[in-house]
Amino acid sequence: MDFTFTTEQRLMASAFRELADTVCSPQQLRAAAEGRRHAADAAGAADATDAVAAESQARWHQFAAIGIAGVLAPEAYGGMGLTDVDFVLIAEQAGHAALPEPLVEHAGLAVPALAELAQEPRVAELLAKAAAGRTCVAIGHPINPFVLDAGRSDYLLLAHNHEIHLLESTHARLIAQPSIDPSRKLFKVEPVSGDSTRVATENRAQQVAQRILARGSLYCAAQLVGLCARMIELAVAYARERRQFGKPIGACQAIKHQLATAQVKLEFARPVLYAAATRAGLLDERSQAVLSHAKIAATDAADFAARTALQVHGAMGYSWEVDLHFYMKRAWALAGAWGDRGFHLRRLGDRLLEGGLPLGPGHTFEDVQT
Amino acid sequence: MAIQLHYTPEQTTFRAQARAWLREHVPAEPLPTLESEVGFVQHREWERTLARGNWGMITWPREYGGRGVGLIEWLIFEEEYYRAQAPARVNQNGLFLLGPTLMEFGTALQKSRFLPQMAAGETIWAQAWSEPQAGSDLAALSATARRDGSQYVLRGHKIWSSRATFADWCFGLFRSDPDSQRHRDLSFILVPLRHPGVRVRGIRQIHGEPGFAEVFFEDARVPLENRVGEAGQGWEIAMATAGFERGLMLRSPARFQVTAHRLFELYRRHASTAEPGLAATVLQAWMDAEAYTLNTYMTATRIMAGGSIGVEASLNKIFWSELDLSMHRAALSLLGARAELLPHAPDAGDVGAWLEGFLFSLAGPIYAGTNEIQRNIIAEKLLGLPRE
Repeated sequence: MDFTFTTEQRLMASAFRELADTVCSPQQLRAAAEGRRHAADAAGAADATDAVAAESQARWHQFAAIGIAGVLAPEAYGGMGLTDVDFVLIAEQAGHAALPEPLVEHAGLAVPALAELAQEPRVAELLAKAAAGRTCVAIGHPINPFVLDAGRSDYLLLAHNHEIHLLESTHARLIAQPSIDPSRKLFKVEPVSGDSTRVATENRAQQVAQRILARGSLYCAAQLVGLCARMIELAVAYARERRQFGKPIGACQAIKHQLATAQVKLEFARPVLYAAATRAGLLDERSQAVLSHAKIAATDAADFAARTALQVHGAMGYSWEVDLHFYMKRAWALAGAWGDRGFHLRRLGDRLLEGGLPLGPGHTFEDVQT
Repeated sequence: MAIQLHYTPEQTTFRAQARAWLREHVPAEPLPTLESEVGFVQHREWERTLARGNWGMITWPREYGGRGVGLIEWLIFEEEYYRAQAPARVNQNGLFLLGPTLMEFGTALQKSRFLPQMAAGETIWAQAWSEPQAGSDLAALSATARRDGSQYVLRGHKIWSSRATFADWCFGLFRSDPDSQRHRDLSFILVPLRHPGVRVRGIRQIHGEPGFAEVFFEDARVPLENRVGEAGQGWEIAMATAGFERGLMLRSPARFQVTAHRLFELYRRHASTAEPGLAATVLQAWMDAEAYTLNTYMTATRIMAGGSIGVEASLNKIFWSELDLSMHRAALSLLGARAELLPHAPDAGDVGAWLEGFLFSLAGPIYAGTNEIQRNIIAEKLLGLPRE
């Protein structure tokens, strides 16, 4: 029994955090959301839209340069060959930064799915490029009505009709679906069929799709935990600085107690998330229950933190000028992604209330013989 | 090492061993509540039974009556203990609060004098901290310990002292300099409760039993060697004790996992008449009990790797106390019109211990420092918000 991260795992997450602080600051998020270039490059010939795209591209390459795209890819394909326990801390930090690019979906979901399908030569070839971050793969799954970043990705990996299809994005029919979160570019993707794109069928396709859902829930939960932490940080900083009645508002118990409650929810979502990370590749009932639990706990923690942080900020928090809304919007969006609360609660209920999963002490980690 | 969440074969064997012993020794019928005189006696007897099996306090070194096992074994033992529905630990203030405090701050003599007796169930301990004018504001306490040669002379009035009505000893906080202010010059002193100058008066709790007491110190004399730590170190030691109280030892996750499991069974029996939405509450109970378990294992392995538990104890205390309350409220809701029945009512049906548990769960957000005080601690010490 060891429930602590290694020094290497912590170092990798903090390297990610440092880079995110540099290339994905609130000012940069704001510039991207407002369609302005962040760098004061007045001489740039490109128009603002191109500049935003170029900055996004540059950010992607900087994360790729430290190997993030290939953390979960096998070493034979140029990846690091690491596990979900290694990547979960990175996904948490991506959430903390409200990263506008689909790096978590690419590296956390698409890359391991490609690795599962790598006996297909065209998948193998793509996997090496994806692991290096030289190409971006968006992922479609029946749990989500839309595909995140289908438009700016190079490839689509689509699980539908009990099959998995891989195609170039330019070959798909996409309908943009604007989101409240300006960084989330959602698209309705017309289903595809046919031999030229099909990379898995039947049992194999089903297993790949189930693991995509498992990692989707896991890494969505990880980002929500990161967002929760970020929103608490923002609210605490504001409560220390903002003065009313001659003292910082953060000295008032009405503020303190709300923020403390948010912190309790965060602290108790984390161990669930980390336990779920050890089970993302497994498809048994208990693993599914733990993954659903992680998604629900993270959603609830982030939701409470968003609500609290907004109230702590008062009218300032309701303004576009204060950064909080970028993180709140991401949290609201992710609450519904990769299975909303209703989906995961029903899935838990099916396994716990209706199903035969043993309950009570001693079953948290394994189904001990009773 | 990376995260791996499995028990070793030795731990699995240990679990089987604990399970077998408990199966053989746990009383078939639940004991009367330990808050009553007759229940107290029987619970003390159970502590002696545990000690005879060497299960009194397994994490302690052998020389103090333990087995010298680690925290994971402790959690396994607790899982089996609650699964077996073994009696509540009447000496929990001693075993889980004073015990670890003595390990850290006690002299070798104090350890060898008090710990084996505690593990053996021979000395039952109570806590004497709160006073009528010093509850949440504990540092406002005014009981004094005046030094007279080789003795302390104790004066003051302590209150809300759990189990002091029938217990043998208490660990108290006293002001060793009567002119001192707040946290300064407090001392942590061990006092026998059946002792000249010590008067104990039981206070009936909400359920009618004298579960806590007032303790009056009227020039009670104890030797200086009953002081734990240095004179004036009392606040620091008390805060460490409070950390144990809110933290890892006092409220094992297994306790809540068992309650969540019982709640599931109750829900299955009453689902057809249950209030809409209660299924979600029941599932939430499972999730929160699991989250608390995972958090505890995470803390345990962090401590085993050399870490310590600090302000996290306040997070724990809020979480388990609110969870316990929520589960019992859900159970009473499921029981509907029968929820008010005492277990011996002829038509009590399956009300069982839910009502008693509900009353106890109501105390959770109050004892061991109210949840409002815990939130202040989290806000100031963890989040860095300014003091009021």
